[in-house]
This record gives sequence, structure tokens and C-alpha cells, in this order.
Amino acid sequence: MSDDLINITVDGKQLQARKGQMLIEVTDAAGIEIPRFCYHKKLSVAANCRMCLVEVEKAPKPLPACATPVMPDMVVKTTSELAAGAQQGTMEFLLINHPLDCPICDQGGECELQDVAMGYGNSSSDYVETKRVVMDKNIGPLISTELTRCIHCTRCVRFGEEIAGIRELGATGRGENMRIGTYIAKSVDSELSGNVIDLCPVGALTAKPSRFSARSWELTQHSTVSPHDSVGSNLFVHVGNGSVTRAVPRENEAINETWISDRDRFSYEGLYTDDRISSPMLRIDGELKPVDWQTALSATAKALSDAVEKSGPKSIAALGSAQSTLEEQYLLQKLMRALGSNNVDHRLTQIDYSDQQLAPVMPWLGMALEDLENLNAALLIGSNVRKEQPLAALRLRKASLKGASISFINPRVYPMNFDTASNIGASPREQLLHLLAVAVACGCQDELVTRIASEATVDDNHRAIADHLKSADNAAVLLGNSSVMHPDYASVRALASCIASATGAVFGYLPEGGNTAGAWLAGCVPHRTAGGVATETVGLNAAQMLDAPLETLVLMGVEPRYEQINSALARKQIANATTIIISTHLSRHAVDHADVVLPSAAFTETSGTFVNAVGAWQMFNGAAAPPGEGRPGWKILRVLGNELNLDGFDFNDVTAVRGELKTLCRELTLDNTYSADAIELPEPNTNGHELIRCGDLPAYKSDMLVRRARSLQKTVDARQNVVALNSVDLQALGLEENAVVSVQQDDSTVMLKVAQDDGVPAGCAWLPIGSTDVAGFGSLFQPVTLVPGS
Amino acid sequence: MSAATGNNGVLNAHTLEEIDEWLQRYPADQKQSAVLAALRAAQHQNNGFLTVELMDAVADKLEMSKIAVYEVASFYSMYETKPVGKHCVAICTNISCMLMGSDTIVNHVENKYGIKLGESTADGKIYLKVEEECLAGCDGGPMMQVDHVYHMKLTPEKVDKILDSLD
Repeated sequence: MSDDLINITVDGKQLQARKGQMLIEVTDAAGIEIPRFCYHKKLSVAANCRMCLVEVEKAPKPLPACATPVMPDMVVKTTSELAAGAQQGTMEFLLINHPLDCPICDQGGECELQDVAMGYGNSSSDYVETKRVVMDKNIGPLISTELTRCIHCTRCVRFGEEIAGIRELGATGRGENMRIGTYIAKSVDSELSGNVIDLCPVGALTAKPSRFSARSWELTQHSTVSPHDSVGSNLFVHVGNGSVTRAVPRENEAINETWISDRDRFSYEGLYTDDRISSPMLRIDGELKPVDWQTALSATAKALSDAVEKSGPKSIAALGSAQSTLEEQYLLQKLMRALGSNNVDHRLTQIDYSDQQLAPVMPWLGMALEDLENLNAALLIGSNVRKEQPLAALRLRKASLKGASISFINPRVYPMNFDTASNIGASPREQLLHLLAVAVACGCQDELVTRIASEATVDDNHRAIADHLKSADNAAVLLGNSSVMHPDYASVRALASCIASATGAVFGYLPEGGNTAGAWLAGCVPHRTAGGVATETVGLNAAQMLDAPLETLVLMGVEPRYEQINSALARKQIANATTIIISTHLSRHAVDHADVVLPSAAFTETSGTFVNAVGAWQMFNGAAAPPGEGRPGWKILRVLGNELNLDGFDFNDVTAVRGELKTLCRELTLDNTYSADAIELPEPNTNGHELIRCGDLPAYKSDMLVRRARSLQKTVDARQNVVALNSVDLQALGLEENAVVSVQQDDSTVMLKVAQDDGVPAGCAWLPIGSTDVAGFGSLFQPVTLVPGS
Repeated sequence: MSAATGNNGVLNAHTLEEIDEWLQRYPADQKQSAVLAALRAAQHQNNGFLTVELMDAVADKLEMSKIAVYEVASFYSMYETKPVGKHCVAICTNISCMLMGSDTIVNHVENKYGIKLGESTADGKIYLKVEEECLAGCDGGPMMQVDHVYHMKLTPEKVDKILDSLD
């Protein structure tokens, strides 16, 4: 190791550096400031801005620190007359074509060009001629362009090519005519596109939703954690006038590196909408009316205790959210269990709960997030990781670029931002057959597999997946969001675990929500209390709750009509039972049917904890106050506990709640070991003409906040009102693309446009849940009929 | 990633054959090396200019991202990305030719067709290209290039003869 270290001198300071490092890496680590625009530690070296010129002894000219490898005994001067002169000259040239109108620029006050010009430039310029002007382009709802300000550093171009894996922006033309853009009129659709806003050192690319809404010095910065996916990206939210005006990444190399997804960046827009609840409400004479907290809380307590008294504790139930804080989830289940009911769940998108007793105490990745980069082979099942956990996908992409063979068996072909070995999209039954074929190809000797091995048709794809997993030093079999929604989840999980054990691969999960892992730890499931302790009796799961004769239903941070597989049933149950809603927002349906509404705080407005895919407990504090009379969810539940005279609800602060749960989880070790006890193949669909509705919960429909984030909803990924069919089915039905059809299931009908999409398996009608067009419409994985409409 | 989606007949058989020939000269995993030749062939197929459709077909054929092909096509002056006339007439106006009277030639041709440099005739026959760089025919200035052919020591009469003989 010491052979690799060399000594250099920078500004008279002795520094140690590794051979092959670029000078700027060494000076950055030593805290020596060198100005730069095009250099970024996560991107390739372009050396095109020339701002980092420094003097190196024995070199005839100033050298760019970003592209100069360190040499033994190198002597560098970063502030000498030569270096300063070179930097000043570069600065003057960069400003020739850059408008000097910082007061009207959105970036003003937080602009690298402005800062560096102040620090290293001249106070006046010799250039008096006209400046170039570039027309702005519309590149979608998230990013504003003001391309006259562009200094051609190409960070945004390199980000697309090297990090996001989808090259959308480019530098066309040359010389003075060079410009950044998409060349043709096109939106930038990457799920990570917002990162170019941070990368842009000038005001050329800025955040469209928050543009011109505040100056950086008027904002306060608060650390928090994203609730949307199980990576748990670290964020800063910027608050002005008491509300969140934007979200930016908070660097954490072990979690989100320096990036965040667009969903994490722009979901804050959902915080402030017309349907945000500002006061407790009670249904009086058939209408929801604002009341004071005491009245609402008493009514809630009464609804719960009356139901228990009249029809027993089994007549009450609660649905929690995978986006709620750990403390909220813990107190929700504690409240229900103190009232004698195990009817508490957070798994709204699940259908098959048959193996829940075998599930790990906390489903987790099975490795560190960083380890994803070192995989040589992976099989992801039911996972659109690129959209659902974009930062995990970036790690897999790095593995793929190093040669890893990554395969997918999914409910449809999801396009990835890296090369895949196999990318299979299949109907629910076919997915099981693919998994079985891979298990057979792996030589799995489990009796459960061998018993039905004859059903499998093993082809080269399956053999390749098996060989990759077996021969890899680091291999993983991971279950994603859609696997949990599979009608035979238990069989999917059993086959996946068989494949993992037959190949020696790590068996892991990409938990669905930002705090899915937390919900398991907190006991927000009907068969286990906090810390994973099995309950004596098993309560109703989220699907059973829809069909049970319930007196009172508590919904905390969820909208079952959007989030449950069977939206029609969810709608009916909420209308039937006395429904208590603890939530930030109130959907139309809730306005019609809720009986008590308690306004709670969003993740930016409360203290709490999210547990991510690797089991990290990430604590955060509120950044802004909830609007109106909203209160943090844990406080609402705490007071409800007092109101109901239940023991163990006298918490003074949120840390006491967290501490209590932490003690209960003290003994836990994370372990995904799964001993399969059944694999069942459903009967083949004999009605050849019947289409089965398939779908997932799309990333931009995932939760209450995201569904209300205006700009995200304008993106291509949030598209709705469309049913997608394979071209085979489109032809068989004699339908044209964009034709209007009426989609029917049982008593529900919805009018949609038809899209041709060969990523959808034949025999499936791709119509995901989560959007307004299908709220209240039927159920996933059931037959649908398409009738051409007008 | 950019899966080859087939070119749906945008590139004709001759162009595809030419691209394939060029591809043989480069390693299989570096198909983008053939982009200059491929764009040239595509432009030739389309009577002298590229369309987005053609560039997209080249991108698919070479498994490149589309924007990367647009970058190349918009960078080099030998590619036209807007519709231009069939015959490309590039009169050199660099230093040697200028000293030898290229201005007279340019004026003559502009008046002859009633268009300026950078424009095409209404009948789509002639395109007066703005030649940015020296065409290395200094010994015969003033000179011009018409569809890849050099014509030296030009006079207005000689120019008329050359241009009038174009079909």
C-alpha cells in the first residue's frame, strides 16, 4: 500500500496522494480550494471549462488540476501569479457570453459562476460586443431551461450518459453555435433528471416547480429523509415563510451518494394542495364539519370503544401506511392491540398472505446498498427497480457496467437503464413457471420443486440465469414491489428462496415503501406485534378488512381506493363502516364517507424515524409546521390512547416512543431465511379469449403525497387513462392504437384509451392501480372485457 | 438500453450495405466508430440532407443514443440537417481564393440564382453552401466544389458552364 503513496507539495503544504489520482482530488481532500465548473467527483473528467488551472513547477504552462495526475515530488501553486492570472483569464472568457444580470436569474445567490467570478474574476471586462443568445427549450415539467446562461461544462450531458444511463441531453452544434439540449422537441424523462439542476453550475437548468419562488438566503435548510422508497434517500428541505419550497440531496455515500430521485425531489409539491386538511372534522347531519380537537378526539374514542363494547374488539380495524413514521406505526398498532384487536396492517397492495408466518421479522436487502455494486449476478423478481428504487438501480447499473449479469422476471417488461441478461415480462402464472424453470435449471433438489418440475419448460434463458447465479462470487435473488402484489406471493417467495439456496445467492427484498421495513418492526401486521413477536390470534390482514363486517375502520395515511388491489371493495367498505381518517389529505371519497377526520403532519412536519432496506433507523425532525391545526401523528395517537384510558401512552416526546420500540427490537438480528412449505401453480387460464387485468402500483402513484405532486403528475411516468395491450391482443380485438374502449369488470366500467405496448405480456391488459381514472374500478388480476366505445 | 428497433425501411438497402461494410472495419463493440460514414451514406440516399428520421435510423443501426448522433451531425459542416438543394455548390472564400477574386464568383452565382450563400433555389436544384474552411485548392483559386468535384481557376463564364450542365 505504501508503494502507492507519493508526496506532493501544494501551496507549501506537504500532501500524500495515491498514484493516479488527479490533483484536484488531492487538494479537495486537503481542503485546498481550486475553482471549477466542469469537474464533479462523480462524473468523468472533461477538462473543458479550464477554470481549475494551477501552476505546476517545471510545467511550461498552467495545468488543469482536474486532469493532471499527481507525480512524485510535484510542486503545485494554486494561488501564484501565474495560476491566478490563468484563472482570471478563464473567468473573463466564460463571462463573455454569460449574461451579467444575476438579480433576475433564479440561480442568483447560490450560483457557482457568481461565487467563482467574485472570488477569482476581474471586476470589469474588456468585452463590450454583443453576447450570444440561445432560445430556451421546453424539456418537460420538472426542469426549466435558460440556455443563454449555459457555459458548456457538459455536467448534465455526462450525468445522463454516465450515471442515469439514459442519454437525453447533448451538446449539438459547434463553436459559438454549440448548445445544450435534446435537439428535437422532447421532454427529459429520466427518473433522476432533477439531479442536473444541482449539477448545473449556472442558472441554465433550474427547478421548474420552485423557479422564482424564493431566494436562497431567505430559506432555512433542514435535514430529513425521503418517505417514498426503501433506499431512504437523505434530503435537505428548504423552508421559506413556513412552507417547504424545495428538496435537494443530502450527501450520504452509503445510501444515496450525492443524488436523489425526481420523486424525492418534487413530491413536496403535494404538501400544499386544496385537499390538505387544516382542521379536525366530524360528520354532523351527513356533512363533514370542522370541529375542535377535543370534540373530534372524543368522537374517535367513542367510535372505537362503542364498537368494541357492542361487537367486540374484532369489529375494529386499522390500516397504517408504509410512508408513516416508525413511531406512528408503532403507536397505531399499540392502540389497536390495547383495545384487544389484532386487525392492523400496512400491506395494502398484497393479495396472498398465506405464508405470512414464515416471513422474516423485517424484510431487508440482505446486504449493504453499496454491496449491490459488487454483485456479479442478480435475479430480480417483480421489480421495476429503476422507477421504484432509482438509487438502488444506480448501484445495480454500476455492477452491470462492470460485467454483472442482471436478470428480471416481471409482470411486464420494464425497460432498465442498464444492460440486462434476461428481461422477462410474463403473466402471473407464467412468472411462476419461469421461476420454476430457473429453479430446475439450478438443480434445486427441494421436494417442493422436484414434485412439479415436469411442469417447467427450461430454455436457454433459464439456464443462463441459473449459471450466472451459480458461478458468481456475489449473487443475489431479490424480491421487488410487484412480487408482493403477485396473486401467489407465497409461491413466488418459495421459488425465489429455493433458487437462492440452490445457487448460494443472497436472498433479499427491496421493501416497497420508505418505511415498509419499519412497519414490520413496529408490528403493523396482524400476526406479529412490535419486535416481531407472534400474537396468540391472528388479526385480519389488509385484504380481509375489506370484506369483514367491521364497525369502525381507522385509516392512517392511506387511501385504500388507490392503494388496494381491489379498489371497488375498498370503496364499499369505507362507505359501510364508521371510518376514522388520520391523514394529511382528504380524497373526494373520504369527503363523502369519512366520519371523523384528524389532520396529521406530513414527513416534513414531524419528528420521526424511517427504516430503510438495510435496516438503518434514520431519525429526522420537522422542518415546517403543519398547516392549520394539523398535529404530528404520534401525538394524535398518544392523546387517543389517553382518551381511551389505555395504559402505556404517557410519552413525553417522540424519542420516548422510539426508545420503547428500540428496546423491543433489541434482540433482533436481520435474517431473510425462508423455509418454503408450499408451491402452488394456479390452473391455466382455459378461456383463451379472456384478458386478465395486470398492473402494479406505479412509482408516481405510490402514495398520498406523490399522487398530489402536480409537476410529477405531468411527467410521462405518471401517464394514466390508458390501457396497454400487446400488439397480438390489439390485432385480435381489431383495435387501433389510441382507440377509446370501455373496460369492464363485474359492475365497474371505465373509458380509456388503448396503447400498444409489446412489453405487456399477451393475454394481459395493463391497467395499474393508483390513479384517479381507475379508483373504485374492480380489481387487479381478474378478467376484464374491452368493448370499443365512442 | 437502446435496443436495435430495426430501421423500418428508412435506410435503403444500398445505404445499409455501405454501413455494414464500414462496420467490418471496427471492433464489434464499437459500432459508433462508423457514425460518420453512416451519416454520409444516409445523407447521400436523401439527396444531400439528413432528417431526424434518418439520424434515428442510424442511431438504431449503430446502437447509439439518438442525441449522440444529432451531436455528430450538427457538429460537422459536411452534414446538412435542414432541407437543401440537390447539388451542393461550395465556393471557397478563404484567403487564397479571396485574393484571387472569389467575391466576384460568389456575386455572380448569387445574382444568377437570386439567392444568398446558405440558401437553395426554389426548384430545389442548387444549394449554395457556406464554405467555412479552406478546401486546399489554393493553387487553382478561385475554386469551388460541386458535389465532391473540384473546379479550379474559375471565371463567371466557366462557372455558368459548369452549373448549367447540372441536371
